[in-house]
Amino acid sequence: MGLRAYIIRRLLLLIPTLIGVTLLIFAVLQLFDPVERASLYVTDPKQVAAIPEIIEKYHLNAPIHVQYYYWIREILQGNLGWSKSVSMRVSAAILQFFPATAELVLWSGPIIVLLGIRLGVSSAVHKDKAIDHATRTSSIIGWSLPSFWIGIILLAVFYGQFGWFAPERLGVAAKVYVTSENFVRYTQINTVDAILNGQPWIFLDALKHLVLPVMSLTIQIVALIVRIMRSSMLEALSKGYIITARAKGLNKNEVINKHAKKNAMIPVFTVTGILLAGMLNGIVITETVFEHKGIGWWAARAASSLDIPAVLAFALFAGVLFVIINLIVDILYARIDPRIRLR
Amino acid sequence: MWIRIRLRRFRKDMQPSLRELKFSINRMKKSPLSIVGIGIILFFFAIALLAPVLAPTPEGWRDPYMIPREGYSSIPTPPSEKHPFGTVGTGGQYDIYYGCIWGTRTAIYVGLVVVGSNVLVALLIGSISGYYGGKIDEVLMRITDVMFAFPALILAMALVTAFGPSLDSVVKALIVVGWPSYARVIRGEVMSIKENDYVEAAKAIGCSDLRVIIRHILPNAIYPLVIMASLDLGAIVLTVAALSFLGLGPQPGFADWGQMISFSRNWIVEGLKYWYTWTVPGLFIFIFVLGWNLLGDAFRDVLDPTLRRR
Repeated sequence: MGLRAYIIRRLLLLIPTLIGVTLLIFAVLQLFDPVERASLYVTDPKQVAAIPEIIEKYHLNAPIHVQYYYWIREILQGNLGWSKSVSMRVSAAILQFFPATAELVLWSGPIIVLLGIRLGVSSAVHKDKAIDHATRTSSIIGWSLPSFWIGIILLAVFYGQFGWFAPERLGVAAKVYVTSENFVRYTQINTVDAILNGQPWIFLDALKHLVLPVMSLTIQIVALIVRIMRSSMLEALSKGYIITARAKGLNKNEVINKHAKKNAMIPVFTVTGILLAGMLNGIVITETVFEHKGIGWWAARAASSLDIPAVLAFALFAGVLFVIINLIVDILYARIDPRIRLR
Repeated sequence: MWIRIRLRRFRKDMQPSLRELKFSINRMKKSPLSIVGIGIILFFFAIALLAPVLAPTPEGWRDPYMIPREGYSSIPTPPSEKHPFGTVGTGGQYDIYYGCIWGTRTAIYVGLVVVGSNVLVALLIGSISGYYGGKIDEVLMRITDVMFAFPALILAMALVTAFGPSLDSVVKALIVVGWPSYARVIRGEVMSIKENDYVEAAKAIGCSDLRVIIRHILPNAIYPLVIMASLDLGAIVLTVAALSFLGLGPQPGFADWGQMISFSRNWIVEGLKYWYTWTVPGLFIFIFVLGWNLLGDAFRDVLDPTLRRR
């Protein structure tokens, strides 16, 4: 099977999964009665009197399959309801809060992946040596730490005690400047915008506010990558061609870097999905602890104030995003490793 | 007489299993980390059992799982003779020591109920799916696909919000979210085991499907589940604590580790002054989860047939 046929097949398989994802969210929505569901579309307290009309308009009393049809039609048109916890439309909220999350992922993602691979490889190469024991021990510790606890300790020490790094995304002066007319918000991602506007002090300020959240997210997730990288590297190192290469007299580092590492990278690709889920879970907690106002922060706030449209929309958004990114990863994976296509 | 014959036959049947079990226990004894893991878990079970002795409920207090509350102040008080770990709370002070001790019961209860239900559901669905294959398998696996499309914490968060925040909702949500990964593992195991000759033989002598699955397939499919369950018992406590931290856990004042940490959140501005509010409950969670993870790792080395004889 060629790459194109593989992509087409995967795209076709995407459809039932996406339908399933919407069905699941729709099923959760069915736990509420029509009046409660009508409140999804109430954007103003004055509209409360109009609830019977809203029920009529969105067919909330109709048979389930009819309701699903109208519901999905609204979703496809971008009408996800009203988020009372931030007093704006859910679609607007997603657009507003997404850049902050993107910024967090932009900075922590590369650190997590590079550090995870580096530690995993050296742990496997020096199996049962001091570095291996140290890496394994710290990875099992990292795996057992409650994510929000890491955040709280970091904040108490570096913010509460020393006052080095504050929560939120920017300091007061920077926040004022960023919202002024002099500053063009190209991407809403502070560090990127600061560079585009040529304002190094804004960049540094934003970076300072990113240090703790990035650290907290890294501690949570890097342990997972280390573990998988270590075991796949161990497997790669025990393969016949590695022993042959070493027996021929090839340099050890060359064998590790050129022969083993590339093959050991394949399982890491497959765990990108798990990494991504870890990131999405971690973002909710990290953004909440550090008041880093991204979609995770918004979702947590919505959940604690029982803002149901926002929470369900966030779950739907996370689900769809997760499915699509996994698809992209799978396609890249198939491009790198032809064996996948043949399955 | 009949019983004795049955007993002898049972012993003979069990001999290989017993031998393997002894081998496993010997392997576990050799690994210091697994001993630490078992020690930690036993320690926590002891705390849970002895909770009424270690932290007696004050007289006239109705529900032992609700932490006794004192005064109306929101400012934490440091460790003292009366409150060994200090107190924390808003609009009244909860005893951290009491909360941590009784919180152990909450953690163990949630872990066992969630993992137990997940395993039961997975055994049912996974074995049907793997044994019969075909359309049933296709449908069940597409359902698990959809469940896997969501990051676990986010789906659990949405479900708890929909059910209304409470400990019961958290348990229900985690059962809904958790079973698919177990079901997948069981299905895979069943699919490969059912190709064995002894399964074919059992079918040939007329065993019913139920008997083939329960007597011949599942006993061989269960090992990966033991490892998973052990690691999960820790992971679930982390998720419950995270949900509780987000305000989606049991009601305020319920003995629960995550909630105690969320109380301490208001005081991090003060730096290390109120260190006891977050240190102690956090350590309880961390050590408990660490225990299960060490145990799970040890189980993996001991039970996984591809690793155990090395």
